[in-house]
Amino acid sequence: MSFTQGEPVDTELLDPTQETAADEELTEAVETAAPDVLAGSLGEYVRIWGKRIRSGESGSLPVVVGLIAIIVYFQARSSLFLSAGNLVNLAIQGAPIVVLGMAEVFVLLLGEIDLSIGYTSAIAATATAWAAFSMPWWAAIILGLAVSAFIGAVLGTLVTRLRLPSFVVTLAGLLGFEGLLIELVAWSGHGSGGTIPISNSVIDGITSANVSPTLGWILMIAIVAVAGSIMTLRDRRRRAGGLAAPPLSVTAIKIAAMAAAGVVVVVIGNQNRGLLKPVRGVPWCVVIVLGVLALWTIVLARTRFGRYMYAIGGNAEASRRAGVNLTFVRTLAFVLAGLTSGIAGIIYASRLGSVSTDVPGGELVLWAVAAAVIGGTHLFGGVGKMLHAVLGGVVVAAIYNGLALLGTGAATTDIVTALVLLGAVTVDTLARRGRRGT
Amino acid sequence: MSTSNTAGGARPADAGRAPSARSAGASGSRESADAPLLRLRGVGKNFGPVQALTNIDLDIPAGQVTALVGDNGAGKSTLIKTISGIWQPDRGELQWMGRPVHLDTPRAATELGIATVYQDLALCDNLDIVQNMFLGRELMSNWQLDEVNMELGAKSTLADLSVVSVRSIRQPVGSLSGGQRQAVAVARAVMQNAKLVIMDEPTAALGVTQTRVVLDLITQLASRGIAVLVISHNLNDVNAVADRLAILHLGRLAATGPLSEFDNQLIVELMTTGRSSRNGAGGAPASGQAASAPAPSTR
Repeated sequence: MSFTQGEPVDTELLDPTQETAADEELTEAVETAAPDVLAGSLGEYVRIWGKRIRSGESGSLPVVVGLIAIIVYFQARSSLFLSAGNLVNLAIQGAPIVVLGMAEVFVLLLGEIDLSIGYTSAIAATATAWAAFSMPWWAAIILGLAVSAFIGAVLGTLVTRLRLPSFVVTLAGLLGFEGLLIELVAWSGHGSGGTIPISNSVIDGITSANVSPTLGWILMIAIVAVAGSIMTLRDRRRRAGGLAAPPLSVTAIKIAAMAAAGVVVVVIGNQNRGLLKPVRGVPWCVVIVLGVLALWTIVLARTRFGRYMYAIGGNAEASRRAGVNLTFVRTLAFVLAGLTSGIAGIIYASRLGSVSTDVPGGELVLWAVAAAVIGGTHLFGGVGKMLHAVLGGVVVAAIYNGLALLGTGAATTDIVTALVLLGAVTVDTLARRGRRGT
Repeated sequence: MSTSNTAGGARPADAGRAPSARSAGASGSRESADAPLLRLRGVGKNFGPVQALTNIDLDIPAGQVTALVGDNGAGKSTLIKTISGIWQPDRGELQWMGRPVHLDTPRAATELGIATVYQDLALCDNLDIVQNMFLGRELMSNWQLDEVNMELGAKSTLADLSVVSVRSIRQPVGSLSGGQRQAVAVARAVMQNAKLVIMDEPTAALGVTQTRVVLDLITQLASRGIAVLVISHNLNDVNAVADRLAILHLGRLAATGPLSEFDNQLIVELMTTGRSSRNGAGGAPASGQAASAPAPSTR
């Protein structure tokens, strides 16, 4: 398994006669639980956090440090990198990668992989673009998402019922759906030269329309208020039950950091980035990405299904013995991966203004896996969060955007992304090896 | 600190040594004429031409630790798999609190209150202690996982067992020591109201300190009125915790009876040869009425 086996914490066996001695040893014990449930004060929280990082439980820290390094590098090479116009552009470029990364997290958590989501997303986008000629925009989107969820269900059924390896099943999907995409675009009758235009202004507006500056502030304040009160209420419930909760100061700092990040996003988005006429506001796709992140985070952290995802990824046999329905959970994971990839596909099509048969479905899926893994999701299951895909996706998008800004070709972009992926996996592996050594 | 389940208070190890002190009801007393918690009558199991179990008569009373010993291939694993519903006996019957039962599936056994702690413990290393203890039985409130009540439940169950202390019950199980992991697996069974806990070689992979933890845990379980069936190769462990002994040899019950009626030499003899050279000594035949015989005898 990916976790340490039998760390030397047996000093925690207590004997009444040696209670004080053992108590002292307790504080020396390796702390592997989250500081949230251990710390009594801010100082202690920081101390435990530092200890965890040193013992290899670095969480999202490497990717955040890496992202800062990438930003500093590109800003030093090109002063345009941190301009409002480019950052908004980066967000729009990154949105499909981030959402595809979230789709991949669903299957990676189980220790599976889905190589087909790149083309699945393109097929969903084709269905939506095609339907948008004759249906309202929302019906077209629902149809597109239904198609991608159905594809996920088919692949998931093959993997779980027939016990075929997901790598092979979804590799077949990768190849087959590319062909299907070409047929579908030709068959739709709307395609000219293998391209279906997005005819609906709402779908087109996902990436091209912006939240009005005022609404941007209102949304940001509402999001921070809701998230903050959820955190505070949860802490209060834990204290009421007599359980350890993070110190108030820690929660306050977290909420303040969230608010600061929100202010930065809205301020950047609200700057005028238009050349001929004023263009202001955060693009809608950023709101959509945050919504998907919130929804899937709740599903993974707060529901039985989410708990079973982690359990199966950790020890499938133990989960089966505990009465978990492995087939159902695994199939549903593929369905949600398909559904989420459909969202990514529609955002991608909105950005391009069309669906084309030469969507780089293979490249997209590899970026998605890279995003999830760079963010901190383990390839062998059981460890990962939706937030990881967002952080990793931003890294991938920043490299893509920054190198384009410097005028290097696609070859350099691919090589650099590959090196960052290798670097992220190396950092994670070395950190875990260090942890085992402690 | 505030979250650690400090194992203060009385040490359970010696408190419950006398069987009478730990009986949880009428069935708890060793000599009781009442039906024991689980009674096996003439249980047999074949795998093709191989007779894995032959005519096993065994009583497992509540509130006592029954040690199941035997050489490799004696049928210990087959016997516990039959009791835990993984395999069905070909002959004979199982009586649960005096009533015949058919355990078609492991789930049926679990629902009766039979919990099996296998050697691999069946824990998810990436989940924390609370998540493992409630796996498959999560508490919900308002369509969400009820983390607070699950944590409180796990905390009180672990505190009741009062043998192990962990820094936080929110640490991943993968970071625990062998004895602590065993304790989590057992606490999980206790929390699910198990009446019979079967433990397969619980101390096999553990060092001296951790073995002590697990033995204390076993004694604790019995003192709570739970029947414990322990498979062990280690006679020191058996002598430390067992109230009763059942010795298997080549699929037959060589002897069964209170531990006090056996000494190590006799146990080894029965394990290796299935009979005793001593005149008039040896295990009692594996039937309930014979348990009251003054001296055990070989079959």
